[in-house]
Parts: sequence; structure tokens; C-alpha cells
Amino acid sequence: MSKYHSTILPMLAAALITTVATIPSAHADDDDDDHYERRSERHSEKYGGENRGKPALPAQTNAKFQQECSACHIAYAPGLLPAESWRKMMAGLDKHFGSDASLDAKDNKEISAYLVKNASNRWGSQTAPLRITETAWFKRKHDAHEIAPGVWKRASVKSPANCAACHPKAERGDFNEHDIEIPR
Amino acid sequence: MPAKLSKSVWVFVALAGFAMPAAYAETPNEVLSSIQQDAAATPGFQGFSGARGEKFFREKHGNEWSCSSCHTDNPAAQGKHAKTGKAIQALAPAANAERFTNMKKVDKWFKRNCTDVLGRSCTAQEKGDVLTYLLTVKK
Repeated sequence: MSKYHSTILPMLAAALITTVATIPSAHADDDDDDHYERRSERHSEKYGGENRGKPALPAQTNAKFQQECSACHIAYAPGLLPAESWRKMMAGLDKHFGSDASLDAKDNKEISAYLVKNASNRWGSQTAPLRITETAWFKRKHDAHEIAPGVWKRASVKSPANCAACHPKAERGDFNEHDIEIPR
Repeated sequence: MPAKLSKSVWVFVALAGFAMPAAYAETPNEVLSSIQQDAAATPGFQGFSGARGEKFFREKHGNEWSCSSCHTDNPAAQGKHAKTGKAIQALAPAANAERFTNMKKVDKWFKRNCTDVLGRSCTAQEKGDVLTYLLTVKK
């Protein structure tokens, strides 16, 4: 019995130390992108180059963007997608994910310029998805390991497009991991 | 003296008159008149009907959604976007003074929502019927 203890205890201790030692690096990889970048020269290749920009929402926002893009959903921060995605999005507003969201030419031009100017500054790949939820960084951060699949089906969450269900400051482009509150 | 006073009162009224509508570009009745001008150009136009507007508002028109899918059967109540779940403020002018006070906004939303609900633009008759109905809805 005591012989057994003497072998298992150091093993447990070692396991514990390993776990504790791993936690900070796991966190860094999860959300603290700045920290990660300092250690990586090739940060633009993170998530295969499909990385959201920083900051997601610029300090200086655009009133027309805020007003028009938040009528049916939150005004998704421009840094969540690359410039080419926004160009495609704004060119197809009459068929916007199954809805007509068209704007007049003047408003479309102003909002497009704002989105393109503030698009992701860390997008290294040639891809230009229209759905934020289909980007590599989104999928990685919300994979089954991070979020149980059942969570998406909750009435309080409704869909992965509903950022604000779990990110209280989503509308301000703030997706800080520490603010996440997953509703029941 | 009284003439002078009445003149300054007149100036005040005129200024106030200019200042007040600045909050809203149009009134719902002005918007309705504008739609009526378009409708009157159609041969056989016999005016708008709130009852017809209400039926139109609640019924589906071949697509998945009706007007009431998002605005609910009570346009004086807060609605909810059928897809995103985002809250939609009441549509009836009696419950929401901002509604139908900006022609550009009215045109924008009729264009969008008619495409979604009917798969085409609405006629001036249909828009006028719906607005006539909405103007009868009490808070």
C-alpha cells in the first residue's frame, strides 16, 4: 500500500505541475492574441491566414454604419472580415442571407468605404467568406471542444450569428474571453 | 402697437413652425398622401382600405414570411425579427411617433420587406392600404 503511494504521489504531482504549467499558454493561444503575436513572427498565418483584425471595431466608428447595419442584427465589427468580404457583401445587399437589405447608392458607398478601410488587418489568405461563422478563427474559437454543440440550439442563443448572446460587448466589437457569459 | 405686436407673434409662430418639424421630415398623413398620388395614377383607383390593409398585413403572399411574422399581429406592440430575433420597435404611428415620418426610410423598408414577403415590389395600392390600416391601430 505505502509502496503504491510512494510511486503514485510523485506522478500525481508531476501531472499537476504539467497541468498548471499548460494553463497560461492555453489561454494565450485562446484569446490573448497580442501575447501570441510577440512569440510568433508569422502571426498573419494564424488560422491559415483567416484571422480577424485587431481592433475588431475602430475607435472612430461611422454613424451611418451603426444605424443601418444594426437594424436587423448587431452591427458586426468590420475587423471580423477582410476587405474583399465587405466588398462582396455590400455589392449583394439585395440578397443578404435570404433577405433584401438594400441601401441607396449614397449610403452604400459611405458604409462600404468604412468597412473596407477598417477590415481585418491580419487576413493573410485569399479567401473572402461572407459568413463570419465560416472563418477559420471563428471555427477554431467556437469548436466543439470550446462550446458544446447543444449550446447553439438553446433559444437564448438561437444561432452562432447571435454574438451578443454570450459576448455582452459584441456591439462594441469587444469579444474579450473574460466577459463571456453563456446563457442557459 | 398692436399691429407691431401681432407681427412679432407671427414671426415667432413662423420660426416655431420651421423649428418643430425638423425632428421629423414628414407626418404619416403626408406620407400617405404621397403614396395616394402614386396610386391615383393607376386606372380604377378607388381609395385605400384599412380592412384590406389589415388582411394584407397578416397574410402570407407565397413566401415564408408575412408582415406580421416580424411586426406581430399587433402593430402597436414591439416586434421581433423572424430570423435574427432582434427587437423591432412598434410599427403603428400611435405607438411609435417616429414611424412613417421619413419618406426615404419608408421607401427603403417597403422595398426590402415587400421583396422578402411577396418576392416583388408592393403596389401603391398595397402600401396605402397597409398604412391606412396602421393609422387606425390604437396604442
